[in-house]
Amino acid sequence: MSKIADGLLYSESHEWVKVDGNVAIIGVSDFAQAEMGDITYVELPDVDDDVTAGEDFGALESVKTSSELIAPVSGKVVARNDALEDQPELINEDAYAAWIIKVEMSDESELDALLNAADYAKTIE
Amino acid sequence: MKYYDKLIFELSKPGRTGYSLPETEQQLPKGIVWRETAPALPEVSEVDVVRHYTNLSQMNFGVDTGFYPLGSCTMKYNPKVNEEIAAMPAFTGLHPLQPASTVKGALEVLAGMDKALAAITGMKHFTFLPCAGAHGELTGLMLMREYHMSRGDLARTKVIVPDSAHGTNPASAAVCGLDIVVVKSKADGLVDVEALKALLGPDVAGIMLTNPNTLGLFERDIKEIAELVHGCGGLLYYDGANMNPLLGVVRPGDMGFDIMHLNLHKTFSTPHGGGGPGSGPVGVSDKVVPFLHIPHVSGFHGNFGVILRAYAYILMLGREHIKLAGKLATLGANYIKESLKDCYKLPIPTVCKHEFVFDGLLEDNGVSTLDVAKRLLDYGFHAPTIYFPLLFHQAIMIEPTETESLETLDAFIAVMRKIAEEAKSDPEMLHAAPHNTPIGRPDETTAARQPVLKYD
Amino acid sequence: MGAFSYFPQTGEDIRTMLERIGVASLEDLYADVPADFIYKGEYDLPSALSEQQVRDFFEGLAAKNTRLKVFVGQGAYDHYTPAVIPYITSRSEFLTAYTPYQCEISQGTLRYIFEWQTMICRLTGLDCANASMYDGPTAAAEAVRMCVASTKKRKSVIVSARLLPHVIDTIQTYAKYAGINVVVSDNVAEDVAEGVLDLAGVIVPSINRFGIIESHLGLADLVHRMGALLVEYCDPSALAVVKSPAEWGADIAVGDGQSLGIPLCFGGPYVGFMACTSALMRKLPGRIVGQTTDASGKRCYVLTLQAREQHIRREKATSNICSNESLMALWCTVYLSLMGPEGMRKLNALCYEGSHYLHDALLATGKFKRFFADGEFLKEFCLTPLCDVAKLQQALLDAGYFAALQTEEGFVTFCVTEKYGRADLDRIVEIVKSI
Repeated sequence: MSKIADGLLYSESHEWVKVDGNVAIIGVSDFAQAEMGDITYVELPDVDDDVTAGEDFGALESVKTSSELIAPVSGKVVARNDALEDQPELINEDAYAAWIIKVEMSDESELDALLNAADYAKTIE
Repeated sequence: MKYYDKLIFELSKPGRTGYSLPETEQQLPKGIVWRETAPALPEVSEVDVVRHYTNLSQMNFGVDTGFYPLGSCTMKYNPKVNEEIAAMPAFTGLHPLQPASTVKGALEVLAGMDKALAAITGMKHFTFLPCAGAHGELTGLMLMREYHMSRGDLARTKVIVPDSAHGTNPASAAVCGLDIVVVKSKADGLVDVEALKALLGPDVAGIMLTNPNTLGLFERDIKEIAELVHGCGGLLYYDGANMNPLLGVVRPGDMGFDIMHLNLHKTFSTPHGGGGPGSGPVGVSDKVVPFLHIPHVSGFHGNFGVILRAYAYILMLGREHIKLAGKLATLGANYIKESLKDCYKLPIPTVCKHEFVFDGLLEDNGVSTLDVAKRLLDYGFHAPTIYFPLLFHQAIMIEPTETESLETLDAFIAVMRKIAEEAKSDPEMLHAAPHNTPIGRPDETTAARQPVLKYD
Repeated sequence: MGAFSYFPQTGEDIRTMLERIGVASLEDLYADVPADFIYKGEYDLPSALSEQQVRDFFEGLAAKNTRLKVFVGQGAYDHYTPAVIPYITSRSEFLTAYTPYQCEISQGTLRYIFEWQTMICRLTGLDCANASMYDGPTAAAEAVRMCVASTKKRKSVIVSARLLPHVIDTIQTYAKYAGINVVVSDNVAEDVAEGVLDLAGVIVPSINRFGIIESHLGLADLVHRMGALLVEYCDPSALAVVKSPAEWGADIAVGDGQSLGIPLCFGGPYVGFMACTSALMRKLPGRIVGQTTDASGKRCYVLTLQAREQHIRREKATSNICSNESLMALWCTVYLSLMGPEGMRKLNALCYEGSHYLHDALLATGKFKRFFADGEFLKEFCLTPLCDVAKLQQALLDAGYFAALQTEEGFVTFCVTEKYGRADLDRIVEIVKSI
């Protein structure tokens, strides 16, 4: 049974969002990391790149699979978790501690389309 | 097989050499364009080289070693006379830019192959520039684009690919600048024609199909699919990776395909060389012939040495034996399928063609497809293709080819049954398989997290 | 028709198998194929030949080719093949294996690919290399795609007009359909400095199509300042003695392994190589072999970084390449092992000696003008003809030489390898004098 952290918003493509003012902190759910298995590489965007809700902004790789990271909201990347470059396993260890990027949102109403923890739990049952 | 643990660099000793060249006093100049220090290549004697690579070869498994039922790879026997023909100095010594008057024999090989492949496939002409199957796909899609461009039909940017397609199909389409639209398969494993209809329109360049598909099933609606795709102005591309069961039975041209590639290293018996060289000639129907010369996808004339081998194979098959090639491949696949379906889960029970897919063991003992595949290695068989197609989580894709005897198939069946028994009695042993190979299961995670890609 | 040596099934075997399947005939296995598509005609193929007959047939075709001594390069170089190489590469454990998916029984293939990657890194000076590409021209085209993929939205590349024509053609073919803008440039440094909008990469030859070893001093800095990548197209045999791509500051090196002892064979199979800096490692196309350990700690080799590849990434893969030219990479690896650093130096010295001897002797005939204003050459050179080239070429052919190939500008090219000695060079000079 995978862990679902309360108080976060989720996308159906298994990204989580923590809202901090107009900045969205984005990671992937525990369910997503479990499905991937040992993550071997995280392809990150650069700071200042624009991301668009519903489009990919990077990818997770494991030995036998890969998964696109889909932006839950649109905006500009203001930070990325460089520790993941050398230690992709941080996501396997704690998917909710290992944030991937921080995005300055251009349209906060996009958050309305995301799921709360309870609704997300239903999608992965 | 015994484990041997050296790299050629580790045998190096300054002053040793494996070359033999005429003497010269010539020194090379010094200066800005010249290299100051020689590259650190190994310094080894000739006998060191021969023993090292012989030892390496003994950790390898080939078709000549044993049964190689790798699905979608058509690992048939590689005839030896073809190797001798390809090594004839009158062919190997030809420079690709020599005047036509001095390479008449080589040009006859290409012309003869063009005619033979046209006869076998029902296409009009072939280009031999593509060096492998995926390279053929890319070339074929370029031809598809040329066809539409010549008609001023520039909006056709979409290629339809079934969800069961080889991974090269969407990848080739992307390299060719086309957008991929996936059409789902139905529960019976065939393309959903109704879903296809919904995708067709003036933006569709064409569809890529392999028939039989990667589940080994013949797309029996092909006639309707061809009419629909042609009706919307698109073209049909035939991925020849699965041509073997149709060899001598069905011609892609007759099914309405406009463009196709063949994998000479699959259907036409040339050795795969541990990953190549292959050859992926592309054939086209009348309406695409005018564009055949346009894409310059490789250096000279393609992999001529591979084409020579395939031509020799076709001449030995002749119009007589070719009629049995595909049928015997299909016979072998169905025989294995029927002999194992009480131990392995068979998601689609109909008659297959050259290959079929099990979805893991029938009884769930926590033994995975990977465990079964690794255990097969212990018994001296190559593993089938595993975890492909993606439609089934525990896919085991088996393709025996027509060059395997009943005794070989029976031996394989017996071992697969034995492994199914072992899955009940000793699943732990299977999780740790293989046990009798030069190495055990590798740590692939570390290999990908901290890549070591060269010797330092 | 009697039994066929590649089909082991007897009539009785076929009956046994059909019975197990529960169908009456081989034809019944195709009951799901619409009847119109079952080919009922006679295949328009010759009647089956026996092994002896097929050998005779190809000997007949071989006799229609003219064996020539080759003094032309232009991307295919007639170097000597040591006897050891075909002996090793024809071992069926190497020859008849597939791509090494099952690493436990493919350590032979995986190990030589790892050695090949190491040798390519040492020749180019770069950090990592892949398992091989189809040939040099396709490797160049893939390098161009890699530049575009690595620089995000940039879509233009500058391609030196001094690359071999078949390399430029292949790059242009790949670029055309991928929406990449190719600028073929006579003066690369000038065009880069002038600033091409959205420049992703620049590709230049190490040794150009006229045989001149190019100096790329300062070019990498210029290209990098423009935010683009520098690719160098190289002859790996020459890389043993000329400045490496890494020393010029290139990000990617590509070329054709054919010059490492692979026979001319009318253009293939050859093998492309590709190396890059570690920053670009995950953008490499194709297979890559990495070192790791097995469960018991034994050193071993596996296909790695596979998430870049088509079978996993599908349309988002770095390339569509699947099969490559593995056996030809083994060919080159054995070649470089035999030659070693001293063998490669000596081989290049022999090429240098022969080509300069012929160059000077041809000039002395008065039938040619010097082509090189400045610049040095190694084994291939150009001259400006002052004689009837067609007549010259025919006279050379009549004497058994393929030489004096004309470039599109009308220059004639010659290439001298270690394979032929002074006697042949003097004979060529005599023929030239007689024109």
